Amino acid sequence: MGVTMDEILEILEKDARVSPEDIARMTGKSLKTVKQAIAKYEKEGVILKYKTIINKELIKDTDASVRALIEVDIAPQKDVGFDKIAERIYSFPEVSSCYLVSGDYDLLLIVEGKDMHTVSNFVAEKLAPMEHVKGTSTHFLMKKYKENGVMLKHKEENKRIAISY
Amino acid sequence: MIKNLISNKVQQMQPSGIRAFFDLVLGMKDVISLGVGEPDFVTPWQIREEGIYSLEEGFTSYTSNKGLYKLRLSISHYLKNKYGLDYSPDDEILITVGVSEGVDLALRSLINPGDKILIPVPSYVSYGPVAELAGGTPVYIDTKDNNFRLTPELLEKHIDKKVKALLLNYPANPTGVSYAQKELSEINRVLLKHSLFCITDEVYADLTYDFEHTHFAVLPGAKKNTLYLDGFSKSYAMTGWRVGFACGPKEIIAAMTKIHQYTIMCVSITSQMAACEALHSGRKSVEEMKREYHRRRELVVGGLCKLGLGCHMPEGAFYAFPNIKTTGMKAMEFAQGLLKKEKVAVVPGTAFGKEYDDYIRISYASSFDNLKEALKRMERFLEKNG
Repeated sequence: MGVTMDEILEILEKDARVSPEDIARMTGKSLKTVKQAIAKYEKEGVILKYKTIINKELIKDTDASVRALIEVDIAPQKDVGFDKIAERIYSFPEVSSCYLVSGDYDLLLIVEGKDMHTVSNFVAEKLAPMEHVKGTSTHFLMKKYKENGVMLKHKEENKRIAISY
Repeated sequence: MIKNLISNKVQQMQPSGIRAFFDLVLGMKDVISLGVGEPDFVTPWQIREEGIYSLEEGFTSYTSNKGLYKLRLSISHYLKNKYGLDYSPDDEILITVGVSEGVDLALRSLINPGDKILIPVPSYVSYGPVAELAGGTPVYIDTKDNNFRLTPELLEKHIDKKVKALLLNYPANPTGVSYAQKELSEINRVLLKHSLFCITDEVYADLTYDFEHTHFAVLPGAKKNTLYLDGFSKSYAMTGWRVGFACGPKEIIAAMTKIHQYTIMCVSITSQMAACEALHSGRKSVEEMKREYHRRRELVVGGLCKLGLGCHMPEGAFYAFPNIKTTGMKAMEFAQGLLKKEKVAVVPGTAFGKEYDDYIRISYASSFDNLKEALKRMERFLEKNG
């Protein structure tokens, strides 16, 4: 059973729109088994969400947004370490990702806003003044080449010859 | 006049009967092609990167005729560790320009005029012509009435004093048929009984879905009678690099190397360096691609059965070879109609021998979306023309 589960996840991770019917056909499992497995994954939170990866580079002037990687230096608190302060930070909707990392600083955030001004304001008015935040360093993203395993470029033409032995 | 310049042997070679159909496909735009005999994946990046790096480092020379020692050593280790196959990198392995050159060298090394080579058919298109070029006589063993499988009985029936070797390809192009160890053992017993040599083309070995691939040379008593041909093209998606290898008794490898050194000299060093990297870091990619092909196989074979195009379950490679008799069409008519009306390309069975007029070859080395769309179009085609 374990193998089947993994394969369903592998298929969905590559393409969330593959239908349960097709997954059943591809894996040789019954439709019912596949549907139950997916429902279970969703319930257990193994599958969190189905999202679409959009190449925003190709969308001109519509809801342009900027992203920044922000390094946050934090003074950990007694008993709760970083968790409490991390929660205060990642609860802001502007924060799309939040990681505790090793190295020179503690939290690495990915923050999104409609322009640089918005993101700067968030840092200056919300993040930096927060108690236990000792310092921040903001890096605005300039160009996206690859995200979550997907390369952001135009579809490549087929390089194979169309028919061969 | 010029025609008289061409050797009789080559003049007598039969050109492929379906060249015109291939040209038709190549001339059309926006075709979904299920007619391709190579992976749809590009070579995994780390392998490509190694090729680029070797060029940057200035590796632009010849290599030894047998191929880079480190590649032969890596192949030797890999075969030993994974399959318990023992081939010395010094004199039992030769790097060839794909398996195609391996087949050519093997046949030219073994054949005396008039020797017969047994070839189970339908088969990959080069075996017969190359055997003839080498001065031999191909003897085709038709496996159609036996689910495209070679059996000991079929084999036995075709053996006479002139037969020198069997050329066995498994998993097979175009049928996808492969053999479990037990079947191979029975075939091997017949070969040993008649002291016949076996040339195996196992280039699709890594793409075996229902059981573990058994190398012919691991069978009892087989190794000294077997020349094992393999390559990087299919498993590592490296068709364009043209790297294969031949493993066998040192006398035969020496004979092949003689021809190879005068005709080819050596395989491109860039490709050999990339092949080293493939063995070093490419296995994970091979497994991923194999799982993907496996899923596509289920989709395609299931889909074909639903369309009434009966087809045994191919155990390996990335081909299905369905029977189209129920459509009332012959292979070429079917392929041309499907191409013109629905822009889907398949290879007519007649490409692999005129007897296979009731079959088409479908390659599932194509994206899942393409395969689904192609099946839909085939359904529409059959509704209108079936």
